[in-house]
Amino acid sequence: MDFLKLERNAKHAAPACDYWSVRGVVEQSERLLVREDVAEAPARQTDAGAMVSVVRDGAMGYSATSDVSEAGLKRAFDQATALAQSASGRSVFDYRKLALPAAAGQYRSPNERPVAQLTLGDRFALLQQVCASANLGDAIVDRSASLWTTHTEQLLVTSGGGRVEQAWDFVVPGITVVASANGDTQTRSSAGQYNGFCQQGGLEVLERAGFAGDGPRVAREAIELVHAPNCPTGEMDVLLMPDQMMLQIHESIGHPLELDRILGDERNFAGTSFVTMNMFGHYQYGSPLLNVSFAPDLREQFASFAFDDEGAPATREWIIRQGILKRPLGASLSQARAGAMPGVATARACSWNRPPIDRMSNLNIEPGDATLDSMVASIESGILMKTNSSWSIDDSRNKFQFGCEHGQLIRNGKLAGVVKRPNYRGISASFWRSLSMVGDASTFQVMGTPYCGKGEPNQVIRVGHAAPACKFSGVAVFGGAN
Amino acid sequence: MHADFIQFADAVCAQAPGTERISLAFSAESTDFIRFNRASVRQATHVEQRYGSVSVVADGRRATGTISLSGDLAADIEALLAERATLIAQLPLIPRDKYLLLPPAPASSQRTAAGKLPTAREVMDAVSKHAAGTDLVGFYAGGPVVRAYADSSGQRNWHQVDSFLFEWSLYRSGDQAVKSSYAGTEWSDSVLAAKMAQARHQCELLARARKTLAPGEYRVYFSPVAVAELLGTLSWGGFGLKAVKTGVSTLIQLHRGDAALHPSVTLTEATAAGIGPSFQDDGFVKPDAVPLVAAGRIAGNLASPRSAMEYGVPANGSSAEESPDSLAMAAGSLAQAEVLRTLGTGVYVSNLHYLNYSDRQACRMTGMTRFACFWVENGELVAPIAVMRFDDSFIRMFGPGLVALTDTVELQPDNATYGSRSLRSISAPGAIVDGLRFTL
Repeated sequence: MDFLKLERNAKHAAPACDYWSVRGVVEQSERLLVREDVAEAPARQTDAGAMVSVVRDGAMGYSATSDVSEAGLKRAFDQATALAQSASGRSVFDYRKLALPAAAGQYRSPNERPVAQLTLGDRFALLQQVCASANLGDAIVDRSASLWTTHTEQLLVTSGGGRVEQAWDFVVPGITVVASANGDTQTRSSAGQYNGFCQQGGLEVLERAGFAGDGPRVAREAIELVHAPNCPTGEMDVLLMPDQMMLQIHESIGHPLELDRILGDERNFAGTSFVTMNMFGHYQYGSPLLNVSFAPDLREQFASFAFDDEGAPATREWIIRQGILKRPLGASLSQARAGAMPGVATARACSWNRPPIDRMSNLNIEPGDATLDSMVASIESGILMKTNSSWSIDDSRNKFQFGCEHGQLIRNGKLAGVVKRPNYRGISASFWRSLSMVGDASTFQVMGTPYCGKGEPNQVIRVGHAAPACKFSGVAVFGGAN
Repeated sequence: MHADFIQFADAVCAQAPGTERISLAFSAESTDFIRFNRASVRQATHVEQRYGSVSVVADGRRATGTISLSGDLAADIEALLAERATLIAQLPLIPRDKYLLLPPAPASSQRTAAGKLPTAREVMDAVSKHAAGTDLVGFYAGGPVVRAYADSSGQRNWHQVDSFLFEWSLYRSGDQAVKSSYAGTEWSDSVLAAKMAQARHQCELLARARKTLAPGEYRVYFSPVAVAELLGTLSWGGFGLKAVKTGVSTLIQLHRGDAALHPSVTLTEATAAGIGPSFQDDGFVKPDAVPLVAAGRIAGNLASPRSAMEYGVPANGSSAEESPDSLAMAAGSLAQAEVLRTLGTGVYVSNLHYLNYSDRQACRMTGMTRFACFWVENGELVAPIAVMRFDDSFIRMFGPGLVALTDTVELQPDNATYGSRSLRSISAPGAIVDGLRFTL
């Protein structure tokens, strides 16, 4: 898509109205997979189109089209105008009261070594090598290596003179190994079967993931797990590593703090929140060790950007500071609906065919001052858990139950044997107050997921969660049925 | 749109030198999406989208490319031919795929079902009229959806349905609400009015003092919607051939003969009774029905073309994910009017939320109750309950724990709209289960 042409066509096609915008998106992706040493057909995708919005008579309408000609955009503007007029007088908000952003600027992902430096044949060769390296014998019954790369370009033009052009490069490597022995089967992955390790960048992301050399480790741990006992049951300390912390942050801090959720928009689908508007500024969300940031500026993180999809400039903000809840994850519209409540620039859409809503983006726990050794040494009886495998939480984001791929006993301050199917459950409102140690920068890892689902119509979007290792005291832990 | 599809299918699927098979999967929709919150419009969006996926095959290699299409026939043909040329150029760089399987003989089909759908304004008018004064939060999605397939062997498949799905929750306070839905192909304001009135009536039951249950084992009634939630989770890794062969199937205990479901449990991939197309994206035709569980025991699997080649069995129309698109659980014999009396004392579970496996090998699931769930005593609804977490094995719940299935099934269209509107569905009866384990 020629963005200059899109901008020109939009300006010609736009109606007379209180506000309009056009957001053009071109996303090119490639997914490669080698399983059991056999390459599956590569899947390329080029997805291009535009979303227009119109504010008329106090309401907003959206229309998405993959026809970005002047005539195509004119049809889309007509549709959006008709929807705004239909909603007029019965909109949740009078959009005339909101000054939507009109910023100008650019953003581009860091990309030191573009993935295209490897030919398609080279990329397959890398996956073949990684897949083969996970073959540690008969106990390994399935193994795969995958690489998902995406280049996205977006232009947002608004009637108020806003013009924001951003481009991202995303890299998602994955290794998954299944081991079977003793009548049991266990799956181990490099950082999560739903891609915990995903970052912006190029081939340097693979190096940070240790992708080329990680196959044997994943396979070895899969074999360890099938021979391991089940995780014990009881109340004990848990030490969560960053590839589980990302899920803990996501489900029990991120989602409950989405302001559109607090405003009730998601109650028919994703749910509501135990957090209410009057908690911001004073509510003790966690222990004083808990510091949570909205961090769109951590360059390599998966959901870094300079502007949200409504054009609001994105800046780092404290969401929780020393355990106290500071501000929600709410963008311009939600902030206005909530009575000018301070929020963050996080209105995002998964693609051209969905309108922006409040999302998490990069939501991180800041490092503390404990070394991993000191955290282990402090635990008399507990479990170290790695890599999320199961997640479930109630519609108010309170009662949760999470499972991990890999557990390791901690006895008398020392790491002991591996245990399988480690699970724990708790209640968000009290769980974060049991945070008793926060790992230092040496334990901090930048993780994320491409699969955060929310919204009606549904939108699956990229989010980033970076965290150190964290210790929680007195957690209900249990294992599997076998 | 069908005429356009035939034209670009003929152009794109013309045999190209050096190729053995060229195929085109096509999807399109023209959808009105309307979100409501507090009975007002939160977001109204119209989406026009079309996608073409070209696959080229030569010398045991295959490459696939998907592009968005503009709706301009000439431009779309040009774009698809350019994508085809890129893929053909890529083929030598792609390793041979020994599990590549193509559809056997051309099997064309065409289904077009026109409906009577409301305009966006009519939907908003209906909500304004019938939900005035309520705290309604809901979502309407409606319009035509197309899935199509063509290939160089001459096969042409077309599936176009006009449909709508309106789901809404009527909130009383906090997290207390009644969830309702109205799906179909012919919109009727009077049907919506009746459903809305019924939801208002049910909402009044939530006014009673809420009961908080202690963790423990409870006799429960799962509504057909709740059973569909459980079956939806079971569809995630329960029925695929690859999952069985690699030992990760969540029904692996049944496959190994270590356990069985209740003899009244029969599960079928019932394509003919569903709402989706009778073909999948690689052009394989789906049988009308694939038995998966019969009388509590494994009766079959979903075998994608790839798994069929890898494990030496016939393909049976499954997609690569090997999860059912039209899963159906057979009805039992319990009359709906007898549900509360048969439940006696226990929990009436109308909806479940956010299910996942807590132990896949044991088919153990966890999840939450949601919306209007009630404590029942001696066959009478007594009080709404605070949300509870369960953690229990599906094999136990629908094995030794199963008391009865109701005698009617309800078809639940999949409400997913990730990327596009889903054409999946699950049809299920209600179920009474003994000893459901609530944990938190």
